[in-house]
Amino acid sequence: MATPAPVAALNLSARFPGSVTADARPGYSGWIVEKGKLLEVTQALRDEFGCDYLSSVTGVDYLPEGKMEVVYQVYKTTGGPGLLVKVQVPRADPVEVPSVVSIYPGAELQEREIWDLFGIQFSGHPDLRRILMWEGFAGHPMRKDWKEAYYEEDGKPFKTRWPEGKHALAESKNPFGDNISYPAGFDPEKWIPEDAEKALYGALARYEVRDEAGLGTDHVIVNMGPQHPSTHGVFRIAVMLDGETVVSLKPVMGYLHRNHEKIGERNTFLMNMPYTDRLDYLSSMSNNFGYALAVEKLMNVRPPERAEYLRVMMAEMTRISNHLMAIGALTNDLGAYFTPMLYALEERELILDIFEAVSGARMMCNYFRFGGVARDLPEGTLQKIKDLFFERLPRRIDEIDRFLTENEIIRARGIGQGVLTAEDAIKYSAAGPLLRASGIPYDVRRAEPYSIYDRFDFEVCVRQNGDIYDRLMIRFDEIRQSLRIIQQAVKQLPEGPVAAVKPAYQVRVPAGEAYGRVEGPKGELGFYVISNGKPSPWRYHVRAPSFINLTAFGPMCTGQKIADVVAVLGSIDIVLGEVDR
Amino acid sequence: MNDMYGKGILKGLSVSLKRFIETYADDLKWIGKRYRTEEGIAHRSSKDGRGIFTIQYPEEKLPVPEEFRFVPLLVYDEGPDGEKIMRCTSCGICSRVCPPQCIWIVRSVDPATGRPFPDPAEFYVDADVCMNCGLCAEYCPFDAIKMDHDYELASFGRSLFDKARLAKPASYYETIRPVNSGRENAARAAKEAARSAAQAE
Repeated sequence: MATPAPVAALNLSARFPGSVTADARPGYSGWIVEKGKLLEVTQALRDEFGCDYLSSVTGVDYLPEGKMEVVYQVYKTTGGPGLLVKVQVPRADPVEVPSVVSIYPGAELQEREIWDLFGIQFSGHPDLRRILMWEGFAGHPMRKDWKEAYYEEDGKPFKTRWPEGKHALAESKNPFGDNISYPAGFDPEKWIPEDAEKALYGALARYEVRDEAGLGTDHVIVNMGPQHPSTHGVFRIAVMLDGETVVSLKPVMGYLHRNHEKIGERNTFLMNMPYTDRLDYLSSMSNNFGYALAVEKLMNVRPPERAEYLRVMMAEMTRISNHLMAIGALTNDLGAYFTPMLYALEERELILDIFEAVSGARMMCNYFRFGGVARDLPEGTLQKIKDLFFERLPRRIDEIDRFLTENEIIRARGIGQGVLTAEDAIKYSAAGPLLRASGIPYDVRRAEPYSIYDRFDFEVCVRQNGDIYDRLMIRFDEIRQSLRIIQQAVKQLPEGPVAAVKPAYQVRVPAGEAYGRVEGPKGELGFYVISNGKPSPWRYHVRAPSFINLTAFGPMCTGQKIADVVAVLGSIDIVLGEVDR
Repeated sequence: MNDMYGKGILKGLSVSLKRFIETYADDLKWIGKRYRTEEGIAHRSSKDGRGIFTIQYPEEKLPVPEEFRFVPLLVYDEGPDGEKIMRCTSCGICSRVCPPQCIWIVRSVDPATGRPFPDPAEFYVDADVCMNCGLCAEYCPFDAIKMDHDYELASFGRSLFDKARLAKPASYYETIRPVNSGRENAARAAKEAARSAAQAE
């Protein structure tokens, strides 16, 4: 295969003279596409330029300029850096942009999110409904002129806290007082919600796969969740069934939505660090990593050597602990009730012990800082790490492997079930183990090495069948590769400082945009940050792998039995804190 | 590979059986020391620990590492007559760096001069809102606000911690964080020495 041309060298404006221009704003990159040409340009990007993978779509509200922007990130699955494509539309009513779902089906849930949070309509989208907020919600919360309940100020720190910090509980403000307003003639007591359910079930019918030859039978709609033990949190699955067979499936989410991105835009840059812990709360160190990379790109600082090694060690430990959890939860979903889960949790606890010793918390680590890490390893921790990652874990992983992978029930329920083909995995923007279990060896650590990953000897794990069993096994493979990385990092760990800049509670971040991405345990985790030179980010977007991986959930389940839906979901490995944000 | 159906399950069950036996083997080996002793708890979660792993909370507790952080405390030094000298100068950095904005400070004003003076009049940490991130302790320039180790804070009502509830003596802080406090005390002493040297000149 010929080496692909680096995407940065692509000249889109030469291919589409007049309708594509380079983004010339200082600190920005990529291309601005005319709205009418968007479909043509994205089609060309995919088919002519080989950018087959749409990683993320997001909106930006440029309120002062009266513009809204949709930002697309595309990549080649053969590797290399990505390309930003943007569409700008006037901030009029309605704001409308053509949907790219026909070209990149992976945009489906993301475009729904943008419609929900920014109120940008995507014409041609097959199922444009709200996704995180509920049907009937008024307004679009990520717009800059939208104010939340208990709104205090546009940015933290709030002036009421110091020097005249007379404490008042938030609920002592009457929530039905001045911070809630109803449209004229609206009585909340008499309000009956519109047919939100009908819209959902209508959407199910639209995706229905009809058996043309067979008997015309009635379909049954089953709702799993939001309170269902196997969905790993408050997550609802609406399934349309023909007998026991799934004919279409829609994930319903948003029960844990707290508008992380809006909070992030009220916070200062530093304040966001502990909030990122709470996205995928099983792998907080990785979340810290992605956010730190994005802001460091803007600030143009690089952490010192020792900090780089510590970061990589922590991120790989996180991957192991996350995969242990994923293996445990998946086997739980397959009916191996809790014994394998607890065996996996034992080892995870020991990893969390190390996190606690290093960062002060088992799960909400908050360990990374811009230009380094919060503190050096405390005394004795390195020995603990050596004991665990050189001696105990390799042995224990083999034991769990022996315990599970030849088990006939797991094989029967896993092999050939819930298949995601390689083409579909790319099409639906699946990331991480989900993508690699389908035969696509794409790993950000190799595709676009960040930090110091280019120094380590490890393999990008790949499995060929794309079924539940492969997605289980690839997690074992990845744990073993992470162990290799940690062992190399411990051996090479240099002495030295752990922060490049003097710790400061107010960091100056120059204006511009940056996208920092890491290979999180669940897939590509990206942070798209726009700074306008103020203490808070103008835009703070999280490309959440758990959320985007769910785009493929419906197609993976179609044709399966209802009992396998739970197993398929378990094999995707989602965390609702990240799905709903 | 699968010559006999059920072989994989049996192989898995043998792992369970091994763990079951190990629990009792270690019970015998560590008889009288395995539970409710520091040594036993440390052994169970070491690289050599085998068999049962759980800690019987609240009878047993895992020791917390020095860096463990849970809700801030305000350090005061004890004067020669036992009076409490707050280290806090109400500079407000902690309340400005706090991500969920749970620190509320009222600065003291000297009634005679109308000028603010260091010791805060009121200091609240809304522990229900606090996310235990530790940024306040990290950025406090006076080593005045530090993170506590006491995690058993369940209560029936709201946990709004005032100055009296937050204030803890420096001796307590030194017992929970010996390494950190040692380093900070040395740095402060060095600074003090440099200042008095400069004054002497």
